[in-house]
Amino acid sequence: MMAFISKNKLLSFAVGFVVLQVLLALLAPFIGLQDPYAQVMVQRMKGPNALNLLGTDQLGRDVLARIIYGYRTSLATCTVAVGLALIAGGTLGMLAAYYRGWFDRIVMRMMDVLFAFPIMLLAIGVIAVLGPSTWSAAIAIAIVYTPIFARLLRGPALVICESEYVTGARAIGASDARIIFLHLLPNLASVVLVQTSLLLSAAILVEASLSFLGLGAQPPIPSLGLMLSEGRNFLLLSPWPAVFAGFAILFLSFGFNLLGDALRDTLDPRLRKEG
Amino acid sequence: MPSRFLASRLIDLIIVLLGVSVVVFLMIRLIPGDAVAIMLGANTEITPERIAELRARVGLDQPLLVQYGNWIWGALQGNLGTSIWTGRPVTDEIAANIWPTVELTLLSVLFGAGLAIPLGAFMAEARGKGAEVAVRIGAIAGLTIPSFWLGIVSIFLVAKLLPGVSALGYVPFAQDPLGNLSRMVLPVIALSLPMLANLSRLVRSAMLDALSQDYIRTAKAKGAGRRRIIYKHALRNALIPFITSVGVSAGYLLGGAIVIEQVFAIPGLGRLVLGAIAERNYPLVQATILVMTTAFVVVNFLVDLLYAVIDPRVSR
Repeated sequence: MMAFISKNKLLSFAVGFVVLQVLLALLAPFIGLQDPYAQVMVQRMKGPNALNLLGTDQLGRDVLARIIYGYRTSLATCTVAVGLALIAGGTLGMLAAYYRGWFDRIVMRMMDVLFAFPIMLLAIGVIAVLGPSTWSAAIAIAIVYTPIFARLLRGPALVICESEYVTGARAIGASDARIIFLHLLPNLASVVLVQTSLLLSAAILVEASLSFLGLGAQPPIPSLGLMLSEGRNFLLLSPWPAVFAGFAILFLSFGFNLLGDALRDTLDPRLRKEG
Repeated sequence: MPSRFLASRLIDLIIVLLGVSVVVFLMIRLIPGDAVAIMLGANTEITPERIAELRARVGLDQPLLVQYGNWIWGALQGNLGTSIWTGRPVTDEIAANIWPTVELTLLSVLFGAGLAIPLGAFMAEARGKGAEVAVRIGAIAGLTIPSFWLGIVSIFLVAKLLPGVSALGYVPFAQDPLGNLSRMVLPVIALSLPMLANLSRLVRSAMLDALSQDYIRTAKAKGAGRRRIIYKHALRNALIPFITSVGVSAGYLLGGAIVIEQVFAIPGLGRLVLGAIAERNYPLVQATILVMTTAFVVVNFLVDLLYAVIDPRVSR
């Protein structure tokens, strides 16, 4: 695996970039950061300096610490959201492809309806029902991405179900569960890996937008979207928190998108597109 | 266009719109706890009489199917309910806020799609390993730059570099055409950047694909100029995937507009729906989501029909 990654420069860069950010988020409490909640009023709205490498926000909190903890909030929310969507949408898409017939038609119709909503709008609707919070944002993103996973996995699953080895497995009397878990799932792994990475990248932007609108993480939770909306109010006095929080969102989303893109090239050369 | 194709697409459209209406209708019924008490909670004292009165006004005192029937029947006649706080029809509030959103979205589509064609054609001429990587990284960066951040940074730069120029707010076009358009520049750029990144990459790959085909070689052999080959022959090949992407992007733009309106203080549907959520004005939330989603669905329906016109093979 390692040799395989190091052969491809772009992929190894993407993996390194993502792993670095995820490690920072995971290890946040152990890398000597300041307390992201601690307010030092005399140190408000300072630019980058020796004490606060990325400066401080309007309440005198350390921007670097809030950004790294913001990564935690963002990654946790998006991982839960995309994970739930993968389980729900992936299962529905796979079963629809496997059983075909009326089950397929009803499930995919329902997915069409959810898919018909603009992403942000459906997420906002879900949050209007659940009330703003990190959990609501996660559930909203999960609901929005469920039809996407269902559609993405149904197509390849249909092809695999028609293949000779599945027909063969059926002929020797393999059970539905055996075919689904032993033949269908492993062959979908590369599609799942690529799409999960790409959708995580998009989810990070959606989560940041929702928090920015006040519909996701609530103060005083460290959140990248929230930092942008708070920073906006003090933009002319101190642009630093908003500027750095924006870069953080960009880096995180960019990393996962590049990873998905490079993985697609490497895992399935048939899918390769120019540029 | 064969009428069977049109009929089957129309049936699809109706089924999806019905489904959308059911989802939007159920929204208000899925609110945990008593939606009516929550709606009242923010501003007034809650008394049983008030709850009963509002319940009757919103129609929550009837069986679910009857409620849906009444609601959809009203919606078809342009009655989407009344705003809880002002008592005005929600369609009035939507009509008062729809134009900034329509303008922002349309200008962004025009800008993003219009610029993507020359940009994609330009990028198609850049070959070689370095260019490949640069195009790729650039496209991904364009897709993943948070548009609201771009908006905020541009507001900051304008405030610093061009003091006195107002980048915020909205002026109706009829009132002050120049003021209207100048205030639209930054929001449109911020909103359309991801679309531009996506579309120009798509134009580039479709062009590269086309340029290696036999008919391009024939055109070259016949002495057609470079411009003519790119814009007349190669571009046609990119048209269908291009239009599909524009249709899908419309949904992204409508969603993105909500955020961008908030950044630039533009009084459109995004601000309306966010304000409605804050004051728990659920009929208004429902109606706005229904109107915007219907617009998106209809746009994609028209895009589907457009393919059939461009490429008759689609409708067979």
